Amino acid sequence: MKATNIADPNYFHKVVDCQWACPAHTPVPDYIRLIAEERYTEAYMLNWDSNVFPGILGRTCDRPCEPACRRVRTEEKPVAICRLKRVAADHKGDISAYMPRVPKKKNGKRICLMGAGPASLAVARDLLPFGYEIDMFDRDPAGGGMMRSQIPAFRLPADVLEEEVDLILDMGVNAHFGYEITSMKQMLDMDYDAYFVGTGAPRGRDLDLPGRQEVDDHISIGIDWLSSVAFGHTSSISGKVIVMGGGNTAMDCCRTSKRLGAERVTVVVRSAFDVMKASEWEKEDAMSEGIPIINNRPPKEFLHDNGKLTGIVFECVKPIPDGKGRYRYEPTGEPDVVMECDHVLMAIGQENHCPWVERDAGIEFDKWDCPILDEDTLQSSHPKVFFGGDSALGPENIIWASAHAHKAAISIHLMCQGKDIKQDRPPEGVNLISQKMGIHQWSYDAEHDASKRFIVPHANKRKALDNIKIEVELGFDARLGLKEAQRCLNCDVQTVFTEKLCIECDACVDICPMDCITFTDNAEEGELRAALTAPAENDEQDLYVSESLTTGRVMVKDEDVCLHCGLCAERCPTHAWDMQKSVIHVPQLGSYATR
Amino acid sequence: MTYVVKPRVRHPLLPINELGLTRRDYEGAVSTLCAGCGHDSVSAAIVQACAELALPPHKFAKVSGIGCSSKTPSYFLSHSHGFNAVHGRMPSVATGANLANRELYCIGVSGDGDSASIGIGQFAHIVRRRINMLYIVDNNGTYGLTKGQFSATNDKGSTSKKGVPNLYEPIDLVSMALQIGASFVARSFSGDKRQLVPLIQAGLVHKGFAFIDVISPCVAFNNHNGSTKSYDYVRDHSERLVSADYIAAGEEITVDYESGSLEDVAMPDGSTLRLRKLEEDYDPRDRVQALTHVQRAAEAGEVVTGLLYVDPDAADCHDALGTPAAPLNSLDESALCPGAAALEGVNAQLQ
Ligand SMILES: Cc1cc2nc3c(=O)[nH]c(=O)nc-3n(C[C@H](O)[C@H](O)[C@H](O)COP(=O)(O)OP(=O)(O)OC[C@H]3O[C@@H](n4cnc5c(N)ncnc54)[C@H](O)[C@@H]3O)c2cc1C
Ligand SMILES: Cc1ncc(C[n+]2csc(CCOP(=O)(O)OP(=O)(O)O)c2C)c(N)n1
Ligand code: SF4
Ligand code: SF4
Ligand code: SF4
Ligand SMILES: [Mg+2]
Repeated sequence: MKATNIADPNYFHKVVDCQWACPAHTPVPDYIRLIAEERYTEAYMLNWDSNVFPGILGRTCDRPCEPACRRVRTEEKPVAICRLKRVAADHKGDISAYMPRVPKKKNGKRICLMGAGPASLAVARDLLPFGYEIDMFDRDPAGGGMMRSQIPAFRLPADVLEEEVDLILDMGVNAHFGYEITSMKQMLDMDYDAYFVGTGAPRGRDLDLPGRQEVDDHISIGIDWLSSVAFGHTSSISGKVIVMGGGNTAMDCCRTSKRLGAERVTVVVRSAFDVMKASEWEKEDAMSEGIPIINNRPPKEFLHDNGKLTGIVFECVKPIPDGKGRYRYEPTGEPDVVMECDHVLMAIGQENHCPWVERDAGIEFDKWDCPILDEDTLQSSHPKVFFGGDSALGPENIIWASAHAHKAAISIHLMCQGKDIKQDRPPEGVNLISQKMGIHQWSYDAEHDASKRFIVPHANKRKALDNIKIEVELGFDARLGLKEAQRCLNCDVQTVFTEKLCIECDACVDICPMDCITFTDNAEEGELRAALTAPAENDEQDLYVSESLTTGRVMVKDEDVCLHCGLCAERCPTHAWDMQKSVIHVPQLGSYATR
Repeated sequence: MTYVVKPRVRHPLLPINELGLTRRDYEGAVSTLCAGCGHDSVSAAIVQACAELALPPHKFAKVSGIGCSSKTPSYFLSHSHGFNAVHGRMPSVATGANLANRELYCIGVSGDGDSASIGIGQFAHIVRRRINMLYIVDNNGTYGLTKGQFSATNDKGSTSKKGVPNLYEPIDLVSMALQIGASFVARSFSGDKRQLVPLIQAGLVHKGFAFIDVISPCVAFNNHNGSTKSYDYVRDHSERLVSADYIAAGEEITVDYESGSLEDVAMPDGSTLRLRKLEEDYDPRDRVQALTHVQRAAEAGEVVTGLLYVDPDAADCHDALGTPAAPLNSLDESALCPGAAALEGVNAQLQ
């Protein structure tokens, strides 16, 4: 194999599994260390910088970082990265000193943001400090998009939402709430310098089955129902409720129904339990609230008594693994089942839908009705119009909305400054900083903490089910937060190897608790992976290969399960190994946190 | 000295041996030796050898004298018996331990100072007596623990760190061992575990006195340009003579493609030692030839490594003394004190 180029920003970035997996590339270990130092405000700002909504995300994020966390591979459960974000938000002090300054004198460019969800808000946050004039339009009476209209208060309290939305609005956004956009052409006529479409994927799917029309009064589309609950138009639901669907919307619908007085709530899913779209923890929470989830039951028909819904007929199927991790379904041969119900919440998916964008406005759409965009710039076929969040690639989540926003904000800025939005994008970068403080002293806490993942305390269940506003998760207190923070392996403190200092004494090989390091003859990657002290079977994790050493061999380190414990560097007599913190520069406009 | 505690977690794919243990279960405390000391690699090789052989850690007696090398038994097999004797006196303790309990695997680790200077008398006699043990000398040509004086194995003309040459002839422990009765004699290098681990395995199962002289650089005091026991010097001047692969009883012998002519030696426990002679006409069972070869190579400034001599059928001390098969420490009162009638029988023989 060729020697590894550690100057490539992606090499060490990939080693920081959580940061790599985070769409916004939040520097996770950095903020976790700040929490361990009880520097919550700085930890919060580091998050705010990257993901814009730390308090909200610390409760609701989809957490792609957690399954990626190295701790899953070295032990079992990931670091509670998401809940630690909440610790930073809950315990932070006054952040005003850290806030970016927004110039009073504007730069003369006017930007139109459509929708006031996380995507538009984050674009506003990125652009305002550069003097842009920002107009934001949303039909809802307040900002936040689906964070406000969909995510129920028992998962995300209103004050947490409002604080982070207002933080941005108060930077000087000209917000036009209650403003329904009905024509893109009309908007384009207002002659803004750039447009950002952040209107989400606002249409819930429906199911056309026999009896559907007749029972219309008893069926609600999940997201419409949740938003009418959020805005106070609906405050109760009675009788037996069936929630159809297996995603997070279904989980929010069933838990909300339970709190609004439903006599019985059941979730019915057409597919198998383990392929349900809902996150593991959302399923767990729903079940622990006594809501049954019934799987492998595709619906066939709505039964009614003169237009009054009485039940649904379901077919019985069983999942047959297709060997590729998916299932196909076959009838079990059992007779169809009828489940009684008085109300159905339909939570079977969302779609992009912008009927207000005229198809001749210069913006091209693909056959799924998604806008055709440049992946790097998020520019549509209309040069002034950019998309981000759910409206860009279909329903995702808040953290993707933030990530898109950073990209789009760079594009808008470059365009307004007359630069090339593709060529002139800021590059990625990496800095390496030695963490050695003295003999046996590292500026990070290298010692491995073997604790199991700590459990987040929950509110009293009976009380929580009585009131939709009671937050279920209580979050870690400072003490538990500190303990959980210790579990992080500091994957951004890298093992950096300097060939010319190595005397091949094997000290690092002998001490490494995880058998990461091997000195061996060089070979092709596959051969090398099999020849290491411990076989490197995880192809997703890179091998760090040195230049040829004095004996002609090379040093090969499998990054897969390295604990970043620093023992190799401790035991190296010549300082050929050093522990160096990799600071990854993720392209983004402005940067407000101190590291 | 390292203050970071070695985490207990291990690589998820680390092999588990027949006893259900991984290599990590054969480790000892974290070493307090200098970072990069060759002795730590020897300890790691012992750990690996014992884990691969799936030997029960509690069936070991670790013995040593004084020196950095003699500290190392703390750094492997933490679940075994151990005795840290006074300087140069490990052989006495090893002899006693082996006589009392012949069922224990006995590993002695000593230094060139411990064995070739203060302990040379004891060394000579334990070799002669062919105590059934594996005796390893971590040979760095210096008194590491007392900060770098020349030891008796230091080559004439080799210099101290400050450039002062050594005036005296070296003692070659390999030659001594060959001459006075060791039935397994090898030399290796701490930086070459591929060679060292199988040698340790073979030495452990060998019945009789097995001796391995491991050149093990002292990074603090004897790893400079004027030294003949530095990492670089040994790598440049070592000559592999006979390498040994240890093949456990019943284990399939896989084909390999390295050069050299092969010879399989049956070991008393049913395992096989597969020797690979890199010099055609070298006979590792010929003691006199071994002695000559080692001396010639030394004259030419070469360090020959590998399994230099082995006699798998040689008698050990227990054979010579005709002790019972059961360990002495397990004999009960009736066996140890057979009573007046037996005493009369003995007396009658002497009349
Ligand atoms: C029930 C449910 C629960 C969810 N839970 C989570 C969760 O826990 N964690 C997570 O990360 N994500 C969650 N999501 C997804 C998340 O809410 C979205 O991915 C995210 O809000 C998308 O952000 P956005 O800015 O692209 O669009 P949105 O948040 O959808 O905002 C779009 C805004 O545009 C406005 N708008 C649309 N059309 C018009 C128009 N014609 N005129 C004027 N205004 C218009 C809308 O009113 C809305 O305010 C959930 C979604 C649902 C449905
Ligand atoms: C009776 C006695 N004399 C002298 C010493 C001092 N002393 C301690 S270690 C040592 C030499 C050790 O050299 P070696 O056996 O080669 O071990 P190394 O440290 O090089 O591994 C000496 C002379 C002692 N501890 N006891
Ligand atoms: S251990 Fe810490 S740094 Fe490493 S992936 Fe997990 S959270 Fe990130
Ligand atoms: S930091 Fe070094 S010693 Fe620790 S696990 Fe990683 S490679 Fe091994
Ligand atoms: S002084 Fe020499 S022999 Fe002793 S621990 Fe240090 S390097 Fe090893
Ligand atoms: Mg010595």
